[in-house]
Amino acid sequence: MPKDHGIGAAPKRREDLRFLTGTGNYTDDINLAGQAYVYFLRADVAHAKINGMNMDAAAAMPGVVRIFTGADFEGVGGLPCGWQIHSKDGSPMHEPPHPVIAQGKIRYVGEIVAAIVADSLEQARDAAEAIELDLEELPAVVDMKAALADGSALVHDEVPNNRVYDWGFVEENAAATDEAIKNAAHVTTLELVNNRLVANPMEPRVAIGDYTRHNDESTLYTTSQNPHVIRLLMGAFVLGIPEHKLRVIAPDVGGGFGTKIFHYAEEAFVTFASKQINRAIKWTSSRSEAFISDAQGRDHVTKIELALDADNNFTAVRTHTLANMGAYLSTFSTSVPTYLHGTLMAGNYKTPLVYINVEAVFTNTVPVDAYRGAGRPEATYQLERVIDKAARELGVDPIELRRQNFITEFPYATPVALEYDTGDYDATMTKLEEIADLSGFAARRAESEKNGKLRGLGVNCYIEACGIAPSNVAGALGARAGLYESATVRVNATGGVVVMTGAHSHGQGHETSFPQVISEMIGIDESQVEIVHGDTGRGAMGMGTYGSRSIAVGGAAMVRATEKIINKAKKIAAHLLEASDSDIELKDGTFSVAGTDKSIAWGDVCLTAYVPHNYPLEDLEPGLEETAFYDPANFTFPSGAYACEVEVDPDTGEVSVQRFAAADDFGNIINPMIVDGQVHGGIAQGIGQALRENTVYDENGQLLSASYMDYAMPRADDVPFYEVDHSCQTPCTHNPLGVKGCGEAGAIGSPPAVVNAVIDALQSGGHDVTHIDMPVSPSRVWAAMNG
Amino acid sequence: MYNFEFEKPTTVADAVAALGGDDAQALGGGQTLIPTLKQRLNQPGKLVSLTGISEMNGVSVDGGVVTVGAATCHADVEAGAGAYPALAALAGQIGDPAVRNRGTVGGSLANNDPAACYPSAALGSGATIVTNTREIAADDYFQGMFSTALEEGEIITAVKFPIPDCASYQKFLQPASRFALTGVFVAKYGDNVRVAVTGASEEGVFRWAEAEAALSANFAPEAIDGLSVSADGMVGDIHGTPAYRAHLVGVMTKRAVAAAH
Ligand SMILES: Cc1cc2nc3c(=O)[nH]c(=O)nc-3n(C[C@H](O)[C@H](O)[C@H](O)COP(=O)(O)OP(=O)(O)OC[C@H]3O[C@@H](n4cnc5c(N)ncnc54)[C@H](O)[C@@H]3O)c2cc1C
Repeated sequence: MPKDHGIGAAPKRREDLRFLTGTGNYTDDINLAGQAYVYFLRADVAHAKINGMNMDAAAAMPGVVRIFTGADFEGVGGLPCGWQIHSKDGSPMHEPPHPVIAQGKIRYVGEIVAAIVADSLEQARDAAEAIELDLEELPAVVDMKAALADGSALVHDEVPNNRVYDWGFVEENAAATDEAIKNAAHVTTLELVNNRLVANPMEPRVAIGDYTRHNDESTLYTTSQNPHVIRLLMGAFVLGIPEHKLRVIAPDVGGGFGTKIFHYAEEAFVTFASKQINRAIKWTSSRSEAFISDAQGRDHVTKIELALDADNNFTAVRTHTLANMGAYLSTFSTSVPTYLHGTLMAGNYKTPLVYINVEAVFTNTVPVDAYRGAGRPEATYQLERVIDKAARELGVDPIELRRQNFITEFPYATPVALEYDTGDYDATMTKLEEIADLSGFAARRAESEKNGKLRGLGVNCYIEACGIAPSNVAGALGARAGLYESATVRVNATGGVVVMTGAHSHGQGHETSFPQVISEMIGIDESQVEIVHGDTGRGAMGMGTYGSRSIAVGGAAMVRATEKIINKAKKIAAHLLEASDSDIELKDGTFSVAGTDKSIAWGDVCLTAYVPHNYPLEDLEPGLEETAFYDPANFTFPSGAYACEVEVDPDTGEVSVQRFAAADDFGNIINPMIVDGQVHGGIAQGIGQALRENTVYDENGQLLSASYMDYAMPRADDVPFYEVDHSCQTPCTHNPLGVKGCGEAGAIGSPPAVVNAVIDALQSGGHDVTHIDMPVSPSRVWAAMNG
Repeated sequence: MYNFEFEKPTTVADAVAALGGDDAQALGGGQTLIPTLKQRLNQPGKLVSLTGISEMNGVSVDGGVVTVGAATCHADVEAGAGAYPALAALAGQIGDPAVRNRGTVGGSLANNDPAACYPSAALGSGATIVTNTREIAADDYFQGMFSTALEEGEIITAVKFPIPDCASYQKFLQPASRFALTGVFVAKYGDNVRVAVTGASEEGVFRWAEAEAALSANFAPEAIDGLSVSADGMVGDIHGTPAYRAHLVGVMTKRAVAAAH
């Protein structure tokens, strides 16, 4: 029987009640007494020198409080980049300043040129129109190959060839990999583009700065996935405000997908300017602004080579990738194409030699950073596409080719620095074959063909590294932050529990799943447990939520703190029951003395901790509150196998996804319903990337896909019902819950399945098409069929 | 959005009078106009809403003609134009429920977006555009992308669609906006077949004369075989090349003939 509470149960998400009834408390719902509004005048050209600005007329307009420009931020720090990469030659990456407001030069359409603070938003907008800019336009740098060429215009004058870094990984593998490719029986080569995406969370970004003079404190309300990180970055590096004078609150957040990890100029602006004018300042992004100011995702151009021996064993993988950084280095931008991508290029396979070369490039476009999966989708896509191509070239079954090369023994040290702790790739593939009903495919294809459609099947595997990371390892690789998580567990006098976690929930359902863990450990009802997150004033410290780390790292910290609570509570119980604490057992919310009928309820022990009349005060402090910091010993390695079936309309090139199945190994599962939901959402995003979404700039750096009229989000009728299974479980060996994380898998595993299926469909119709770049739009498919 | 005056008259005469001022503009369902105001791309001094005028609202059938009041929203056309099923079906494919319950026939035809659906129904049906001053044949009304025969201040009050023997609208969706990447409206009136194409041409909606001739002789999908429109002058954008759109014109025409009922 399925459990009805605790780990493994599937209670409905308690937070959905407020989200679905319109009673959530999002940042834009917050309005402070006397708040002013800021309107950001954003660049409408991609590259220009700012020779002058005339603000006299604007400043005199009704309601205008003050207009800020780059000059106001000259003494202030720039937005920091959180990960330093070194090039092959050992030199550190180029890291030009990233100002809050453009200083002297505009580098992308959307960059803030001036900030107009007024009593109302309309007044601020009116004034913005009265600002006269004297700009000297420069040629825009848009295409990465052109950007690297000698003589290209420079986004930053101090960065030659617009090259941020030229990273090789693992350098010691380089020569041997070249050699293996030279001597291979077969080499499959594929050039592909991982299309640039706009994250498009349902809630646009919002920031409110609130300075209070009486205590000299600044509060920032912001749509963030990691408020503590914002406090640290903004306080220490940008504005010079110590943490005890700065509070960052990220209340309900309507989706992040990575783009709300980063520290943005607007956050620094409202915090800084609120103190200047001694008044709260609010900014709410419009959807149009989001398209040109939220960090975007992906945008890699890759050449990958897969070498095989005569028995079809993979012998080497070599790649060269150009990674678009946009105009500035966003917070974690530099880590995405490197350590979050190169380290995953072994995939699920025992390829002995892997060498990755990544050149990161500045262009006059919106900064690019982590987006759901961050580097791992890019790795998976290349690898799983090239394997499919190899299978086709060799005339072997793509599933068998994968199976033959699976890693089967764990722990496994890859040639790209990771050690996979557990996994069973054969098991997930077998499960996939079952849930996707692969044996019925031939009949379904025949049926489609009867209706004049081509049907294709695409299969792929994925592996990801989640739960980032041991801090010392990340630090050695260039991370400028620790990557632990903290939790404070506060037991109140009447037995209820409040958990202050550094993880942040913006759609993941933590308020439901975290209490399930506490309920399992203590045996009290989940309704007795409350999760508090998103406020640096209430939780100790936190690294936030991204990289599917919340349960694996944040959950682990919560378990450690709860263990401390239980240990202390046992001591109190032992005192009350006049027994030794080693004999005390906790089960279903009751402490008992082993082998006796003596017991005392959880609530009585908690009350005693706060009303310590009969209490071992000489040995134990009163109260029941513990904090733990958990720094993982390794990444976690979720993995799985996905299958997609598409129909292609040969007349129009339209692709429709008919079936999609996902067999995932997430280790232990806390709430299977939430896991299903995470996978569903991820697959929808992956299908969106594969078929629909594309961020297109013209040669002048103007964004052509700047609204939903041209940026195609996947809609409900673009996706099928999913078959999702996570019964294959090889628990993580190094965290206390044995969990691996499930937030990104869907987005990582699905794009190659879709594209593999389209190619399969076209091949079945006799079209010699080996690759189509994403998004595989009707016009591209039609062109490929008729090319 | 800039500030503006707002009037909501109840008769055509009052609306015409209200539109007399220099910078007054008619407001239908606002599905095109309001977004441009929000973007501050347009600054009318006064908006004159037409949706409160009862004589401009509703669908009626008389003597083989469906007459649609210009302020009738798409959802009401979908529900009320059962006598002309292809027209009702076209209305039901526009945008989403919110758009269909606000957007109006008159607004769509006045705007003449090159990717909009209604222009193809009007041109494909040989409809008559009725205004406060005159009646304009569809063949004279559409004058290229976003351009029509309407004079300054002239209001469309109704559109008269003659009911064909059979007809169909086939819309290939632009993946993002879900307007027509290419849409073809085919209508058969006795021996006379009309084929109107939207979404494809830089000139906006147009009639495909060769297909009309072939289908008038033989109203069957095969009649299109071997016919093609030139890619010259077709729209090329991030969703499709001119050649792709030209190809889709043929495909959608065939499908419309096959589906016509
Ligand atoms: C999300 C979305 C999706 C859409 N999808 C589609 C689609 O798939 N297919 C499609 O065809 N359309 C689509 N539309 C457009 C929609 O159908 C509206 O019909 C269209 O925007 C114009 O109609 P309206 O009544 O809203 O006009 P308004 O926006 O009010 O006005 C548009 C213009 O027409 C003028 N005008 C309005 N009424 C009259 C009149 N009676 N006489 C003279 N001038 C007038 C106005 O002054 C203005 O210049 C979509 C719109 C949106 C927002």
